[in-house]
Amino acid sequence: MSTVTSVPEGTVNPYALSHLDSLESEAVHIFREVAGEFERPVILFSGGKDSIVMLHLALKAFAPAPVPFTLLHVDTGHNFPEVLEYRDRTVKKHGLRLHVASVQEYIDAGKLRERPDGTRNPLQTVPLTEAIQQHRFDAVFGGGRRDEEKARAKERVFSLRDEFSQWDPRRQRPELWQLYNGRHAPGEHVRVFPISNWTELDVWQYIEREGIELPEIYFAHEREVFSRNGMWLTAGGWGGPKEHETTETRLVRYRTVGDMSCTGAVDSDATTLEAVITEIAASRLTERGATRADDKMSEAAMEDRKREGYF
Amino acid sequence: MTTPILSALSAEQLSATTLLRFATAGSVDDGKSTLVGRLLHDSKSILTDQLEAVEQVSLSRGQEAPDLALLTDGLRAEREQGITIDVAYRYFATARRRFILADTPGHVQYTRNMVTGASTAELAVVLVDARNGVVEQTRRHAAVAALLRVPHVVLAVNKMDLVEYAEPVFAAIAEEFTAYAASLGVPEITAIPISALAGDNVVEPSAHMDWYGGPTVLEHLETVPVSHDLTACHARFPVQYVIRPQTAEHPDYRGYAGQIAAGVFRVGESVSVLPSGRTTTITGIDALGESVDIAWAPQSVTLRLADDIDISRGDLIAPADDAPPVTQDVEATVCHVADQPLSVGQRVLLKHTTRTVKAIVKDIPSRLTLDDLSQHPAPGQLVANDIGRVVVRTAEPLALDAYADSRRTGSFLLIDPADGTTLSAGMAGAAFATAPEPVVADDDAEWDF
Repeated sequence: MSTVTSVPEGTVNPYALSHLDSLESEAVHIFREVAGEFERPVILFSGGKDSIVMLHLALKAFAPAPVPFTLLHVDTGHNFPEVLEYRDRTVKKHGLRLHVASVQEYIDAGKLRERPDGTRNPLQTVPLTEAIQQHRFDAVFGGGRRDEEKARAKERVFSLRDEFSQWDPRRQRPELWQLYNGRHAPGEHVRVFPISNWTELDVWQYIEREGIELPEIYFAHEREVFSRNGMWLTAGGWGGPKEHETTETRLVRYRTVGDMSCTGAVDSDATTLEAVITEIAASRLTERGATRADDKMSEAAMEDRKREGYF
Repeated sequence: MTTPILSALSAEQLSATTLLRFATAGSVDDGKSTLVGRLLHDSKSILTDQLEAVEQVSLSRGQEAPDLALLTDGLRAEREQGITIDVAYRYFATARRRFILADTPGHVQYTRNMVTGASTAELAVVLVDARNGVVEQTRRHAAVAALLRVPHVVLAVNKMDLVEYAEPVFAAIAEEFTAYAASLGVPEITAIPISALAGDNVVEPSAHMDWYGGPTVLEHLETVPVSHDLTACHARFPVQYVIRPQTAEHPDYRGYAGQIAAGVFRVGESVSVLPSGRTTTITGIDALGESVDIAWAPQSVTLRLADDIDISRGDLIAPADDAPPVTQDVEATVCHVADQPLSVGQRVLLKHTTRTVKAIVKDIPSRLTLDDLSQHPAPGQLVANDIGRVVVRTAEPLALDAYADSRRTGSFLLIDPADGTTLSAGMAGAAFATAPEPVVADDDAEWDF
């Protein structure tokens, strides 16, 4: 770990915090508020960079004590094997407890039906909300960031969800100062977004500063991919390529990690954190615009999914 | 000159930036969306796919030019109705600084929205239409900025292109606004003549106003100081959580976790724990895994103390010789943010720092009219967007500062115990730095403040 506080050069005031220190301090404050006020919090952990950063922040917030939360992963059944391996290794390393809600099990039991387009991202909502009810989680940490998407820009750090996990953007509580109001009725819960105020670049810079390990797929590597809807998808047993689609080997990396059926790779030769940061700073595409098919389904795709209980 | 392009920077340079949180305020036609759009666009913060999405929707609606408001109106209902419902947060960056912008709509619910945005802002941009000058809404925005004690206020005199970029127009508005805001105790006011539409003095200096020698909006945002002289602040540490690992490695570790609300704490310092009033000494400060000798606001740290005294979430640690008063009688200004009213006699919860206590509204001595700052005595209740003075009695003592001394330890929420609704945003102590003279008094026998 590098130094905790760095005073930016050239600033007159020695007490000015760097932007990363400010964001880190705010996120830690949010984790500790939840630990202080809720009975059964859980961290949504997918093995993607945002949830990895969340876990790192939680580890720092309660050190030298263990993180007082369990983890929950909604496994679509189409996850990248490298990411699942990373997930399990990380959980073991920190002595954490992981709950897995499986989309595949829901499909196998006939409780969910595969979509015609093959994407499983929207199917996560039901297993997620049922896991929340079943375990009676009252606070659910998500790695959502407001810079990702325009509906997310409107969401509070503490976002109240009803007993069906629904988000009602018109009935949000004003969020004043750092006084988060987590009161909720039995059956309701609060979605908590500690890195709301971080941008994609902040996440990458923080990963570099803290020396956080990531799954390999975030760095450039050769991969069998095929093109669908303008995105490079990984070939595999999940449902691609189809007959008219052809695979090729390309040098790519991932900017986001989600379901294999809707997360695209980007052409890249960035094999180090520094190269990734340079690439992100210069990119003219948002991470979701570049790599997520599910956000392109309609103009309000994210808002509609969030209303239904998505994270 | 600003260098807004991030890609030219090394990873090290990127890390050396500071963070500024600011809010914009402006009524519907003042050009706030255009200013926000211009700041995002000219600082290269709108990415190609976002712009393409906006262009596509604009085109499908038969609009010729991309409607930049679509970038900021994130909700279905907002886009359908063409209005902004709620505060949204936006992010952009230059080589010098990262920005978090609380974009507050100027519509009907203006007061609570602006209060929400201003509560975390270190700077507020108040927009004025150069053709109209200082109007009621401008005074309202200045008053909210003054009430919330936003340290820096920028007056952006917009649409200078429509008044032929005339210096006297700008000078008269700047003078009137500065005099008004200063009378409310706003500590620092910077007036900038701009045209958000044409791009004058927003990111690039204007070629039309060589009489203006000051900074552009972005230059000012990049250079305004973000932290105050902390040594002059009363040090305050609300205890959030007690860390006790009870592991073989750390059998005796006991740390008090929290975010420093104000000032500086040092190892060796003598401190009081409130409300109990017990004193002890700081033996160690853990700054997220690293042991340090000194820490300051707003760092999240863990304090270790010499004595094993009873301390829990909700307590406040302060220097022994500079502790806040402890009280159960809170006099404050509140902005009412809920649709359900706040009435005299109502039982509420009061959340102050990390402490939530039962409380009762003993009195609502007056309601403030922001337009002319007149005080209306004994309104009986406050409704949505009202600002009023309240007297609240709490069930347990609070270590409460005046909001003027500490935004963090002088602020509180009133919460409905039945359904958890946030009712009001409270600021303890006097309303304005210089209390304005009341203009209207309906019944002066009834009130006494």
